[in-house]
Amino acid sequence: MSNTEKLIHAFSEALAVPQETIQDDLAYQAIPEWDSITHMILISQLEDTFGVAIDTDDVIDLSSVGKAKEILTKYNIVF
Amino acid sequence: MSLLKGKTALITGSTRGIGEAIATLFAAEGAGLILLARNSDQLEQQKRKLEEVYPVSVTVYTADVSDPEQVKAVFATITGAKMDIDIVVNNAGQMIDASLLTLKPEVMRQNVEVNLYGTFHVTQAAVKSLIRRRGGSVINLSSIVGTNGSAGQSAYAAAKSGVIGFTRSLSKELAPLNIRVNAIAPGFIETELVAGLPAPAREKTLASIGMKRAGKPEDVARVALFLASELSGYVTGQVIGVDGGMML
Repeated sequence: MSNTEKLIHAFSEALAVPQETIQDDLAYQAIPEWDSITHMILISQLEDTFGVAIDTDDVIDLSSVGKAKEILTKYNIVF
Repeated sequence: MSLLKGKTALITGSTRGIGEAIATLFAAEGAGLILLARNSDQLEQQKRKLEEVYPVSVTVYTADVSDPEQVKAVFATITGAKMDIDIVVNNAGQMIDASLLTLKPEVMRQNVEVNLYGTFHVTQAAVKSLIRRRGGSVINLSSIVGTNGSAGQSAYAAAKSGVIGFTRSLSKELAPLNIRVNAIAPGFIETELVAGLPAPAREKTLASIGMKRAGKPEDVARVALFLASELSGYVTGQVIGVDGGMML
């Protein structure tokens, strides 16, 4: 599985939405499924999927799927 | 009984006093342990001792919980190793007494940094594992000084009261994820923290305890076990006093 596929899978699992919903411009709180509770699940899922510990500043910045890719790149995850 | 079989508990300040008693009881109840403390020699010794007696795995990390960078480094290792955590016990603490006019800002800061910030740093990092598992228990050690106040201990009281506010708020925030957050408020417990108390002060303290005796670290550990296990599966946001009926 590529890192992009892993990312989509992690988002889809955490937010409990179909994979087709996961587009780069999908933003935090843009859909009812991505609320403050599922955001916590998402962060945990991303850490588990990619084996990284995401800093608090990055958790705050993680406001869209595209931004998640950008942030994970800082942790040497290549998309 | 093996109330914690299959669970992994992370315990801070595990090498002495209440933390040591909790680590020992949790191991006896089948929990795998991740232990954090400042003294690496004591940690290694504790690991050897526990693994000799109980069939559980014990992983140890040297860290000062008041230092966010040290905590971050520990959890980067834990996350990288894909170690799961079910139970978090924020026990590491420090008590520095001073009356108001002799209370230096650095003493105030130290009390808050170890007791409150330490609890915050560890919980924030560890809770991600509990979120992934959609459940777990966080147990924060407060104090009767935090619930009732005590002359000459305003700094420690402020920090331990902060732990209670932190606990109650987190219990509400994390309840939808099936994560319970509770606090224990020990009274006068026989640990190194109170070992240096002069005899007259000790007698006065004992007189203020309904049961007329000091508590043991094991008294607190048994309550921690209750909060860690499914025996308390519907209990969250509570502060349980373990003080033998002490009046402050």
